[in-house]
Amino acid sequence: MKKVLATVLTLAMVASMLTACGNGKSGESEKKSEGVMTYAEYDAAALDSEVTIEAYVQAHQSWWDNKITVYAADKDGAYFLYEMACSEEDAAKLTPGTKFKATGYKSEWSGEIEITDATFEIEEGNYVASPVDVTKFLGTDDLQKYQNQLVSFKDMTVSAVSYKNNEPGDDIYVNFTKDGNEYYFCLEYYLNGDDADFYNMVGSLEVGKVCDVEGFLYWYEGPNPHITKVTVK
Amino acid sequence: MRKRMRFMAALLSAAIMTLLSGCHGSRGLDDFKIPEEFDVSRSYEITFWAKNDNNKSQQDIYKKAISDFEKIYPNIKVNMRLYADYGRIYNDVITNISTSTTPNVCITYPDHIATYMSGINIVVPLDDLIDDPRYGLGGSSVSFDSPSRAEVVPEFLGECYLGGACYALPFMRSTEALYINEDLVNALGYEVPDILTWDFVWEVSEKALDKDSSGNYAVNGQKVLIPFIYKSTDNMMISMLKQLNAGYSTDDGQIEIFNDTTRQLLGDISSHARTGAFSTFKISSYPGNFLNAGQCIFALDSTAGATWMGSDAPLSDIAESNKRTFNTVVRPIPQFDTSDPKMISQGPSVCIFNKEDPQEVLASWLFAQFLLTNDIQIAYSETEGYVPVTSKAQDSDEYREYLSLSGSDQNEHYRIKIEAAKLLLDNTSNTFVTPVFNGSASLRDAAGALIENVTKAERRGTKVDDAFIDKTFSDVRSLYKLDSSLSGAMKKDSMGPMPRASVILLWSLGLVWVFISAVYITRFIKDKKKDN
Repeated sequence: MKKVLATVLTLAMVASMLTACGNGKSGESEKKSEGVMTYAEYDAAALDSEVTIEAYVQAHQSWWDNKITVYAADKDGAYFLYEMACSEEDAAKLTPGTKFKATGYKSEWSGEIEITDATFEIEEGNYVASPVDVTKFLGTDDLQKYQNQLVSFKDMTVSAVSYKNNEPGDDIYVNFTKDGNEYYFCLEYYLNGDDADFYNMVGSLEVGKVCDVEGFLYWYEGPNPHITKVTVK
Repeated sequence: MRKRMRFMAALLSAAIMTLLSGCHGSRGLDDFKIPEEFDVSRSYEITFWAKNDNNKSQQDIYKKAISDFEKIYPNIKVNMRLYADYGRIYNDVITNISTSTTPNVCITYPDHIATYMSGINIVVPLDDLIDDPRYGLGGSSVSFDSPSRAEVVPEFLGECYLGGACYALPFMRSTEALYINEDLVNALGYEVPDILTWDFVWEVSEKALDKDSSGNYAVNGQKVLIPFIYKSTDNMMISMLKQLNAGYSTDDGQIEIFNDTTRQLLGDISSHARTGAFSTFKISSYPGNFLNAGQCIFALDSTAGATWMGSDAPLSDIAESNKRTFNTVVRPIPQFDTSDPKMISQGPSVCIFNKEDPQEVLASWLFAQFLLTNDIQIAYSETEGYVPVTSKAQDSDEYREYLSLSGSDQNEHYRIKIEAAKLLLDNTSNTFVTPVFNGSASLRDAAGALIENVTKAERRGTKVDDAFIDKTFSDVRSLYKLDSSLSGAMKKDSMGPMPRASVILLWSLGLVWVFISAVYITRFIKDKKKDN
């Protein structure tokens, strides 16, 4: 009986660990406010349906025209809020970790699952996600499960670097190879903001260099991570 | 790789306000007068802001043009700054007007020039320059083979007139085209006509939505199908209204778009959004991505995007494994009256900014004019489905040979690209442009927003009825600050608060007057006392 019990407990523990780690999440799902979807409910929601989420700002692109594009996460998954209505004053409050509640519409644009036409309110709370190493999922369908999360890729070899407009001042496209396959990354100009040092560092990456890369797993007709950190080995 | 364009509207708004406020009380530069002689003993450094379609060939053509020009005029150095979208150029120009640091020569749109002209003598009127016997188009003192005024396609040059004066030269022209997956049309039991009606497109699009027992669309066997995707919904609304001779705006800026025909069109469009037969670039993505994956039947995009369209397109953002093989045909945009087709004319123009030194302006004009020479016109037009803006280039042996080699390879002579160019060449007389005035760019955005709003609403389960359209009219009118008339620039209340510098200046002036008055009164009292 003890053996059976031990086996069951062990299996339960392993199963719970696998569940918790399956998407690189902490396993500490937090209770949502009244009327707010859990990440699982959001994930299951139909496209074009109204969604209300609670999440924490991880980063955002530069504010403009009373709109802001936010990379957000809770402890179960991540969200991309495209051009959320936001005053300049509120934009200053959306620092990494800030908790907010947003209501908008679940949408898809070239494979990127996002929330559009959203409004939001700031709440009490703070959480900054750690990057999840998804290197082993490159080239697999499983990678898409991590869409919009802060992820990392290890030992990626630079294969091409180009500016969107063939000169500095806009996005930088960086291609990396891993195990013979090429992947397309992007330094999003508006996400990078005024970090000139990082911009210049990425722009001057040399083909053949091996790097560890972090970024938000954006999607455009396939994985297209928005780079936030590069460590040249 | 392409991505969603981002027009920095807020910066623009702020910059426009700065531009306008910067002109309070300012007399601006003097009118430009053509110097009697171009002073070649001096050196000039001019700035050229150019737009390209993220296309390296276009960038290389600009660079070669500059190099060739500098060989002809070694005393003129041209510094180029490249942009990938017109919105950024517009933003930067407006910002630089307020600091008197505009470029010398700039690729732009007439709608934008109308805003630049809010300042005084900012943009150089070109009529006198064009017709100048020495330095004008084809002028005797021009050191290269310049086209004459008569050799610039009249329709294209006519688009550069604002308020009766010419403020730009056309650089390239394109129109919109319907890129069609003919195989899917045939599979649905139809033949592609030479000119499609809107009814035809809607009918085929609706029929394509039938699904098989496994939930796939029967016509393409895939889970995804958006039969009709329109890239530029502002053009869609503008073209539909033009074809129906319905109101959009008057030449002097009276807003007419909020009318019953627009209401009817929005009702029709929304009914097809409801079924999933129609979507837009902003909502779904680039029409070409869906077309090339066999997930779209009618992809409506610019002829200047032709190299992205079709299963053999030389440029593509989708994975090879997602591409489908099909026959692509190119047709004019759908029409309400096929006997009187109407399609928009679009494409970059070149304007020149005024400077204190007329010699510098003349150097700028020479470079702008150089952009109309055959080598540049032909080379640039061949990078996409553009057409040259001069008959001199269009009729040249080189260009005719280029057109004749359509389909002979999948790159320079990519069939779809050349057919798109031919579409405009064959329909130049059927093109139109919308009136240009200060605020016409906002009206254009509003036209697109109307379609986007009703399309989104239906996708999200909101019924688009008269009440919804009433609200959309109201929302859009408010968002884009569209009064019945925009001409004459911004309304007073849209100017926002006065800049701090102006407030300080006015307060200073007031205090000076108070001080002067106080001194005067004091002296007056003293004098009175003395008199007494």
